[in-house]
Amino acid sequence: MGSRDMGTLRSIPAAVRHPAPAPAPRRALPARAGIGLKPEHFRAILQTRPDLGFFEIHAENYMVAGGPFHHWLSRIREHYALSVHGVGLSIGGEAPLDEAHLDRLALLLDRYQPESFSEHLAWSSHGGNFYNDLLPVAYDYPTLQRVCDHIDRVQARLGRRMLLENPATYVEFAASTMDEADFIGEVVRRTGCGLLLDVNNVHVACTNHGRDARDFLRRLPLDAVGQIHLAGFACEADSLGAPLLIDSHGAPVAEEVWALYCHALDWVGRTPSLIERDNDIPALPVLLAEAAHADAILCRLAPMRHDEACA
Amino acid sequence: MNANFAAALLDPAAPCPAGLVSWNGSDPAQRFAVYRNNVNVGLIDALADSFPVTQELVGEAFFRAMAREFVRAAPPRSPVLALYGQGFAGFIDAFAPAASLPYLADVARLEMLRVLAWHAADAAPVAHQALAAALADPESLPQLRFELVPALHLLVSPHAVVSLWAAHQSETAALALAGVDTSIAEAALVCRLDLDVAIYHLQAGAAAFVAGLQLGRPFGEAAAAALAADPAFDPAATLALLLGAGAIAGVTTQRRPS
Repeated sequence: MGSRDMGTLRSIPAAVRHPAPAPAPRRALPARAGIGLKPEHFRAILQTRPDLGFFEIHAENYMVAGGPFHHWLSRIREHYALSVHGVGLSIGGEAPLDEAHLDRLALLLDRYQPESFSEHLAWSSHGGNFYNDLLPVAYDYPTLQRVCDHIDRVQARLGRRMLLENPATYVEFAASTMDEADFIGEVVRRTGCGLLLDVNNVHVACTNHGRDARDFLRRLPLDAVGQIHLAGFACEADSLGAPLLIDSHGAPVAEEVWALYCHALDWVGRTPSLIERDNDIPALPVLLAEAAHADAILCRLAPMRHDEACA
Repeated sequence: MNANFAAALLDPAAPCPAGLVSWNGSDPAQRFAVYRNNVNVGLIDALADSFPVTQELVGEAFFRAMAREFVRAAPPRSPVLALYGQGFAGFIDAFAPAASLPYLADVARLEMLRVLAWHAADAAPVAHQALAAALADPESLPQLRFELVPALHLLVSPHAVVSLWAAHQSETAALALAGVDTSIAEAALVCRLDLDVAIYHLQAGAAAFVAGLQLGRPFGEAAAAALAADPAFDPAATLALLLGAGAIAGVTTQRRPS
């Protein structure tokens, strides 16, 4: 069983920054498995009301005025905990955050009052264009400062703590002066944000950059983990024939990722865990079976937190 | 740093951004290509989702090549991708390889209106009784003003857009399409009722009438313009269609404050 002694290292007070606003008391996501909410499953979910910890939506898909998406989400929200996961804030971008987008986000969070809000350590907009992908950042001090400023702004504008997701990346930057785990640890320490531990991203990034995934994982700020993501990847090869894994969200969770998940749970304890599937979306029961598998692992392996109990 | 990275994402001829490295010395350009592929495929897929009939009309390969050019010329300006593609029809208008299909851009216009109607703000349609009561008084009828729901859209085309679109809603699209005379002008009314977006074929008079209502003109003026456009204009049938489509949110006899 892993020790938690790394917590002492991370409890060094941050340099004086704008502190995150004192959050209003908010319910947390239940420490169970959840799945991504997909339009093709709206009706089946309401008809069958599967026993699930929570649903997660991509914020941008619901930034429309009205219509069926809001109709179904409102009804599903009545019965389930909700995680809102942003994919378009461009926290790693060079420009200041898009305040209009933050406004849209604030409106959405106000409407649905989700238990959790998360975004990515990545950029997706530049020069006013949106590239619809999670693009990598250099791990250097100017980027660190910028990312922290952006997260401060998000947390101040939304009046809540956000979770930051570790990225899946395919390249590294010669300009980087810190490693990814240290960079993320510093962001968490400075901003008070939480970590969305994407175990698939850990596996993908570590494979793509020749790192040891377990070692990398243990150097992340695991005390701050508020949610876990699990997903499938596609396998390609780089120009030398080494595996180059693509974070496709288009396949079942791989065995290696389940194993890394079990390892992570030893360190982080029972944590809300999402089965992420955004491409080649299967029928609802297939995703529910993956969620049940995660639930079984959670109950078997994870030390209890607070007053959580296995059903 | 991001500027070079961003520019190379959309331009296949651009060199791999400088300053990228890999742990094992493998070619960074090949790794960068993963991002380029993600960006282009993701945005093209978003367009394919919004423009399925446009894609069927030209085939997947042509559509994706055309969409790729559009993505490069007009990448999204907002992370709300559901509304991406509002410039696509205008791009098709000027896209020389599609010039042999003069109706293609208007089909894309119709499909975009369908997306806009799908996501438009909710508004309860007016109750039948309220409308009937307002219509019952011949004195005030000409001054009657209609508030239209946000999901209502009108497209007046010199091409048979509604027939083309409808032909692609069946399993035997190719067969149905063979019977469409694409050179016949058609107008489309797009509206959402409850959770479904429907497309209606409007006669020229009805289209002129709806266009008048969209401009906020009172019933009398809109009907006069409709009759001028089409002597066969049938106001009762048109109102019945609008009511059935859930297009009317309210009706008032009050003059607008000027």
